[in-house]
Amino acid sequence: MTAVAGPREGAGARARDGTERSGAAAREQGDAGRTRRRRLALVASKGTLDGAYPPLILAATAASLGWEVGIFFTFYGLDIIHRKKHRRLKVAPVGNPAMPVPVPTLIGALPGMTAAATAMMRGWMKRAKVPTVAEFLDIARESGAKLIACSTTMGVMGVEAKDLVPGVDVAGAAAFLDFAADADVSLFV
Amino acid sequence: MSEHIATGVTADAELDCKGLLCPLPVYRTGQALGRLETGQVLRVECTDPGSLADFPALARQRGDTLLSAAEEDGVQVFYLRKGAA
Repeated sequence: MTAVAGPREGAGARARDGTERSGAAAREQGDAGRTRRRRLALVASKGTLDGAYPPLILAATAASLGWEVGIFFTFYGLDIIHRKKHRRLKVAPVGNPAMPVPVPTLIGALPGMTAAATAMMRGWMKRAKVPTVAEFLDIARESGAKLIACSTTMGVMGVEAKDLVPGVDVAGAAAFLDFAADADVSLFV
Repeated sequence: MSEHIATGVTADAELDCKGLLCPLPVYRTGQALGRLETGQVLRVECTDPGSLADFPALARQRGDTLLSAAEEDGVQVFYLRKGAA
């Protein structure tokens, strides 16, 4: 095989042929020869529609790269894996200066404004063919990501295991930290 | 299956990710590679400009080889050879 590679991945492609030993090539070989899968540990703490997407996108991507993934859903982030609420996550126009049409906070607080902002974002996502939160949860489960519900949040908010989507583990902070201790990437979202 | 002129590599499978945004091109490519045998080649077409940065990362992290990356008329074309699982 003659690998003809683009400008950025040349070192990596040739490293497999053993013809180049640059720093990038060595790093690539290191990745390919790993004995342990890389691990991503996420804390999802926000229960808004816009807050739910980043951890779900990162989880789906990491799983696609062959990484082991665990997401700890805590506080309002628990709504992302709530059987009913995950289909009704909302965008808050109040206190959100990033809305495409800047809405004064007092106007944003009027009835119907949250629904309008939410409908707008759902529309963007649909047009861009971005999966829904429910579809991302399916992707996460199918790719073997661990979905971990924070037991303290469940207790505080009166949520039971049967209220959560299927395939969720219930655990406390110690169990999550034990998982995250061996993570290559840990993010609080 | 189309043949890549520069490399002389023939794709064993093709995937159309045009019109899809991150993370779907990477996700679907990962799934498609999972269905191939080690050494087989996948051809992917994308239109998300982030793909030019994402596909080298995908190959490096998964242990596959990105044989080529090219962009023509706003479409990025990638040839990936599946590495050892």
